Amino acid sequence: MTDQLATTEAPSASPQASAGPPQIPPGPPPAPPVDRAELRARVWARVQLARNVRRPHTLELLGLMADDVVELHGDRTFGDDAAIVGGFATIEGQRIVFIGHQKGAEVEENIRRNFGMPHPEGYRKAMRLMALAERLGLPVVTFVDTPGASPDAASEERGQAEAIARSIMTMTALRVPVVTVITGEGGSGGALAVAVGDVVLALENAIYSVISPEGCASILWRTPEAAQDAAVAMRLTAADQLELGVVDEVIGEPEGGAHTDPEATARALREVIARHLAALVPQHADALLAARHDRYRRMGTVASAGPVRRPRRERKGVADRLRDLLVPGRRESAGQGSTTTETASDDVESTNAADAPLHEEG
Amino acid sequence: MPVNLPFRPRRDALPTDLWTQCPSCGEMLYHKQLEKNLRVCTRCNHHFRLRASDRLALILDPDTWEERDADLVSVDVLGFVDTKAYPDRLTAAQATTGARDAAVRGVGRIGGQPVSVCVMDFAFMGGSMGAVVGEKVTRAAEDARTERIPLIVVSASGGARMQEGTLALMQLARTCAELARLAGDGVPYISLMTDPTTGGVFASFAALGDVNIAEPGSLIGFAGSRVAAGTTGETLPEGFQRAEFLFRHGFVDRVVPRHELRDELVTLLRYLRPVERPTIVGVAEAVVTGDPLVEVAADRRNGRGPA
Repeated sequence: MTDQLATTEAPSASPQASAGPPQIPPGPPPAPPVDRAELRARVWARVQLARNVRRPHTLELLGLMADDVVELHGDRTFGDDAAIVGGFATIEGQRIVFIGHQKGAEVEENIRRNFGMPHPEGYRKAMRLMALAERLGLPVVTFVDTPGASPDAASEERGQAEAIARSIMTMTALRVPVVTVITGEGGSGGALAVAVGDVVLALENAIYSVISPEGCASILWRTPEAAQDAAVAMRLTAADQLELGVVDEVIGEPEGGAHTDPEATARALREVIARHLAALVPQHADALLAARHDRYRRMGTVASAGPVRRPRRERKGVADRLRDLLVPGRRESAGQGSTTTETASDDVESTNAADAPLHEEG
Repeated sequence: MPVNLPFRPRRDALPTDLWTQCPSCGEMLYHKQLEKNLRVCTRCNHHFRLRASDRLALILDPDTWEERDADLVSVDVLGFVDTKAYPDRLTAAQATTGARDAAVRGVGRIGGQPVSVCVMDFAFMGGSMGAVVGEKVTRAAEDARTERIPLIVVSASGGARMQEGTLALMQLARTCAELARLAGDGVPYISLMTDPTTGGVFASFAALGDVNIAEPGSLIGFAGSRVAAGTTGETLPEGFQRAEFLFRHGFVDRVVPRHELRDELVTLLRYLRPVERPTIVGVAEAVVTGDPLVEVAADRRNGRGPA
């Protein structure tokens, strides 16, 4: 696992193998031996920096890097979600529509903003602003920093999943440039809902994961204590995400983290965002869309295990079942030997029932 | 060495391989009868989970199934190890289920209407979505678009596959991107949500059907209900995250019992036909050449027209 921190371009897209060796190919070559404890501590330090309450959030960063910031409110259907902010801003002369998660700086504000965990109306506000950006021909810049979408019952009633799904779909087809920055926590679907872009950037101490380390640990390790192991296994640091091709560029932070010098962080961020906007804005919408589609189409490596053999599956009669019971060893020898598919037994239900559904967290 | 008797002790009078207890009403159900009743409890109507092959047999016209991309298998890109290494989990799941991953896809017919179908299989690692599932859903949508036939995706999944990290998360974007193209091209999509449809699968393609159907009693939700209750300390409403709950709140068009599912799909597909809509370029060509628009549409359908 690398842990490089400089501002670096991503390697070319992850290979998309359509034909490969049979059987499950091994992953990347084994990393050189590292001190597990040291690695765990280093990764966990980043998780804590990403979650630091003093870390500058969307509105603070914009205040430092943009002019004429005008916040717009409401989803026009239900309400205004304080966990997602959005509106107009100007970055180095370029007018943009911004959208971002907003955490609070202290407890009271954090409660009001639900700790940056949006409700469905937050995502619907975001979609409304994306549509506005498209109509005005303004590029969209999004700032991602959320533990995840709010998992409360009211959000389920109002269609949290539908709001996230539709927001993702809207972004894949938006006919204006989209630049996304993971500034803090990139928490699963609640982050991705506003993080589908032509370019995806990340601050050096940002993290991005499919589930929180704690959630992953309680499902796979069956104890939240293993969160640090989960954080390492999921490779959630910005540097790892760059290597995986999920992130295109990592932006360095001041020594000690973004909160130690918000101005310097915002300056670095502004420069990189402006550079990408300058490259994207002149492009034709069709070209943008095609490239964005390709960017995501490439993500995910699969392999081929060759053609499937399909032996006819025979149902056992009573006589066979009886023989299974009477002749020791007969059962074991039957129906084995093929490492490919179709060794299925008829009574899978018992194993199904034991499998708890693997819920993701918001 | 244990003595093998042709009898079982009396307390095991209901051997597990012949009887299944309904988790909902406790009734002991004879396997053959349960299978005959499409794995629906004869007493309380509880819908048991279906394997992908059973689902296909249920909804498709006989002998019309043509599987595609059956060869795809997952790759351990992250080198993920929890209490077990990911490749070992995959191998174990393949051995117990006989499937290669958590979805199958292909084309078939329903009531004579050709359709592109992708069916998820909960038995394989909780139906979790990694790159293979994402690829199959995406390719099913691509084929639906290029062949101009409706898309049907049957979901049964706990969500994104943690062992593939953010690359599993990216499958949400990947599948939604293809659905956006499909909708843009006027090809309809039916999402069938079965028990369970949660997490990243519900928060992507499953929620986005032109028509959303759910099986009765299915668990359908974004966050795990324990998460919901634990985080907020609130008491959850009756039937929280069940198909009927989704229906009541307007996110599911119809809750359809399994016995009526096929007929329902046949009827819906009478309406959900791809539009034969010439593109602007096609119209321009037709005007220039004097071709009737019908031919433009036909060209387009056959892949000769403008993309």
